Amino acid sequence: MWREVWLICRKDLTVERRARVTLIQIVPTVLLILVVFAFAFDANPSLLGAGAGGLFWVAVLFGAVLGAKRSFDIEAEGGNLDALRLGGLSPAAILWGKAMALAVQMAAVAVFTAAGLVVLFSVTVTDWPLLLTAAVCGTAAFAICGCLYGAMTVGLRSADTLLPLLLIPVAAPVLLAGTRAFDVALGTSADQGWSWTALLAVVLITYVAVGWAAAGPLLEDA
Amino acid sequence: MGAAVAFEGVVALLDRFPALAGVDLSVESGEMVCLRGPNGAGKTTLLRTCAGLVPLRGARAEVLGFDLIADRRTVRRHVGLLGHRTPLYGDLRVDDQLRHCAALHCASDAEASAAAERFSLEGRLMGVAIRRLSEGQQRRVALACLTIARPQLWLLDEPHAGLDRTSRDALDELLGDAVTAGATVMFATHETDSARLAAARQVTLAGGRVSMSAPAPGAGSSADVA
Repeated sequence: MWREVWLICRKDLTVERRARVTLIQIVPTVLLILVVFAFAFDANPSLLGAGAGGLFWVAVLFGAVLGAKRSFDIEAEGGNLDALRLGGLSPAAILWGKAMALAVQMAAVAVFTAAGLVVLFSVTVTDWPLLLTAAVCGTAAFAICGCLYGAMTVGLRSADTLLPLLLIPVAAPVLLAGTRAFDVALGTSADQGWSWTALLAVVLITYVAVGWAAAGPLLEDA
Repeated sequence: MGAAVAFEGVVALLDRFPALAGVDLSVESGEMVCLRGPNGAGKTTLLRTCAGLVPLRGARAEVLGFDLIADRRTVRRHVGLLGHRTPLYGDLRVDDQLRHCAALHCASDAEASAAAERFSLEGRLMGVAIRRLSEGQQRRVALACLTIARPQLWLLDEPHAGLDRTSRDALDELLGDAVTAGATVMFATHETDSARLAAARQVTLAGGRVSMSAPAPGAGSSADVA
């Protein structure tokens, strides 16, 4: 099972290494979202600082939507998903392999987004362990959730619009808990940051459980 | 030798449309079968059904001894399918793609190199992105991947499409070798010169059913009309 997961993950990362879609297309799009917000709230810099945590997660969520779409587009192209199935790979291995690769790509997006926040909004971090734990849990949750809905919409003619329509509402708990945890980590709120991070972990575990249960039905006859 | 494919009354629905409407077909191990028929006759669906990729019903549906009605997944590792589209990752280089296929089918690097050499993919082409290759070159990469998979049952849909004369000959030789080694080959084609493959039997489909099963031209014997 884990050999198969690694096989898919390595293949997706090789595709990314050759095409550089994350670095050339997704990261600039995400940074553009930050710039647009910076222009929109330029008259009120304190508002930008206060909303930096939320902006981070909104930007990464849009990055995850683009990444998940791309991840399953390459499987729909030419019938590659059939080729994987004919290789005897289990649906779970395909899903987790793709989720691992997407998580790595989203981690890169998160790093660039964080750098953008520092440059554009002058944020400072007051609790690094909280920030990093929340970032890891939230990014992984977006990756798994993105792959679940990517698998659900793969090959559909309406996938371009259907994927964000399905994914964004389901990812809302991550957006909410991640924003609260980041607010504390960035010193803009005195809330219970670790409680929100624990909620993020619970959401992540829930997505993992749903992934195990849904991988077969989603990918068997996609 | 036993039957590689044993279908009795097999029905396959695609979006409620009966793409296969009661197929009766028996293919012996080591046999080469050419599927013929007009567009929409069910040739592609029959090949995909044999690969375990299409839900089906019927009295009997066995491929390589695996019961497809009970379990469609187990047989997949033992069959190789090349459809109309080439299942390749456009952004990968040829060597990346062949390495991926070798890892997927637990084949060695030497087997991957041999497959590349068979379809003249070695050298300069290995470092080229698949998206930049011509249609015929992409088809050759897909055939090399199929070779790496070493299937017991080869399922090919218009296998000669887009190939130049040299590659067609290489494919014919490959399929001949596969049959000699005991593998079974089923291919669908509209081309007339594919008779060069000396298919042992020609099966004609019409309306999702087998309408005729006859020896290949030159093989003698009479035809059975369903």
